[in-house]
Amino acid sequence: MRVIGTVQMPQASATRSAHGESGYMASAFTPRALAIVLGAFACLLMAGEAWAQLKSGGERLGIVATLWKWTPLVLFGPPREFGGFVLNIVVSFLAMAIGTVSGVTLGLGLISTATPVRKASWAITQFFRNSPWLVLLFFVMLLTPFQIQIAGITIPLPSWLKATVGLALPIMANIAEIVRGAVNSIPTAQWESAESLAFTRTQTLWRIILPQCVKRMIPPWMNWYAILTMATPLISIVGVNDAMTLTQDALASEQRTDLLMPLYGLLLLFFFVYCYPIARWTIYLERKYAVRI
Amino acid sequence: MEGLWDFLRSLHDAYGINLVHFYDSFERGRLLRGMWTTLKLAAICIILSVLIGIVGAWLQGSRFKVLKAVVQGYIQFFRNTPPLVQMYFFYFALGPLMPRVVSDYGISQPMLGSFEWAVISLSFFAGAFNIEIFRSGVEAVQKSTVEAADSLGFNRWQIYRFVVLPLAVRVCLPALNNNLVNLIKTTTQAYAIAVPETLFVASQIWSDRINVLEMMVTLLTFYLLLVGLFVWMMSRVERGLRVPGFGQ
Repeated sequence: MRVIGTVQMPQASATRSAHGESGYMASAFTPRALAIVLGAFACLLMAGEAWAQLKSGGERLGIVATLWKWTPLVLFGPPREFGGFVLNIVVSFLAMAIGTVSGVTLGLGLISTATPVRKASWAITQFFRNSPWLVLLFFVMLLTPFQIQIAGITIPLPSWLKATVGLALPIMANIAEIVRGAVNSIPTAQWESAESLAFTRTQTLWRIILPQCVKRMIPPWMNWYAILTMATPLISIVGVNDAMTLTQDALASEQRTDLLMPLYGLLLLFFFVYCYPIARWTIYLERKYAVRI
Repeated sequence: MEGLWDFLRSLHDAYGINLVHFYDSFERGRLLRGMWTTLKLAAICIILSVLIGIVGAWLQGSRFKVLKAVVQGYIQFFRNTPPLVQMYFFYFALGPLMPRVVSDYGISQPMLGSFEWAVISLSFFAGAFNIEIFRSGVEAVQKSTVEAADSLGFNRWQIYRFVVLPLAVRVCLPALNNNLVNLIKTTTQAYAIAVPETLFVASQIWSDRINVLEMMVTLLTFYLLLVGLFVWMMSRVERGLRVPGFGQ
């Protein structure tokens, strides 16, 4: 079995982009791939435009002009309203913030010395990690009220806010796992030497272990941010005015089949332009912060 | 069974716990068909995406730069765009381009229905991740092993099929499991293009019977069981394929 003996087990990594890529450059960001994708999109658009003009005889507004007409709506939402791609980004920021704060708390629960706390945290983590995002989103959307009353004051809960909470739940569980993994990746000797210096457990955790964890938690954390951003179009299903909804509205008002591919393509492009640099940056940081043994 | 249904019916009458999707044979049939659709969808997508992963990882080892660039472009595009928008793109933008066929009832319908498009888009989505996963496994196989196989007269495909892949699969199994679990969870997005899978059927039932909470709990339980079962199955496979001499 000498052949098998030469297999190298790769380092387990939570990062989506950690697999392979070793043959690629270590720069933070390559504009090349972005340029290729943008160029390909422009070429396809031009080809479609030429074809459409040929077919319609030039009496309709061209594809590029129509896309240009709808771009502000898809990006920024209807005038004086909160919506569009901006809403996707805001929701992703907020959900990430909520998910990070609650996830770190839950993650500390996962490594607690109190058994009931640890078991409860484990159950919560598993529940939210293994449920489909869309089901959790429906759960939050349909089972929370549209307004709450605290001491006679009515606070409205807009649907985008509820959707944000719905998206934050799976993020919370995954961040908790990241925290647990990072704490476990710190050598036991650090705990022992801290103990020998008379640090309490809380002091050791907050002053010695967690500061070291931050660095190695950043790449997987960013990875989850990218995944979250790509999950934000789900909120269109539960009736939030995000870029997806507005793209479909634009298509409905145009009633033109030749716009289907360009407009959906444009939306894919928005997300790609936003998420791809994050993915590259994550790979770069991961390599930079990689633990070398 | 009848006794159980009667008990659930009495729960509704006495406490208002509306589990109509169990005791009503029509709703039960709907729900079971939905679950069956989810299982079918997940199984087909898992198989197709793993195939895409294997072939893609092989193509990435190709000498042709153009081919490699195409595979790399496919991976980057599908990994960095939302799966939901991909599904809409496939179903609404590419769907109408497909030729139409006349069904048995004499109705003209698109050649590919929503189920087929869901299969295609989910497989491509998960396949992009699988290629990267398999490639990480392929890269973990040492060069000397490949050279040894080469010197024994294996050709490129044979080396991949009989030497590299069996080792690579074992190395990347944990990452693969993760991605396949994710794929199972992503099948719920087929809801958006009206594939009658579990979530879609459940939403129909809760709109008809106004039992959102009970239906939701059933739904979450179903998915947790499904994912749990899959993870358990794959851990059995993982243990069965374990490479001796690694790990604990």
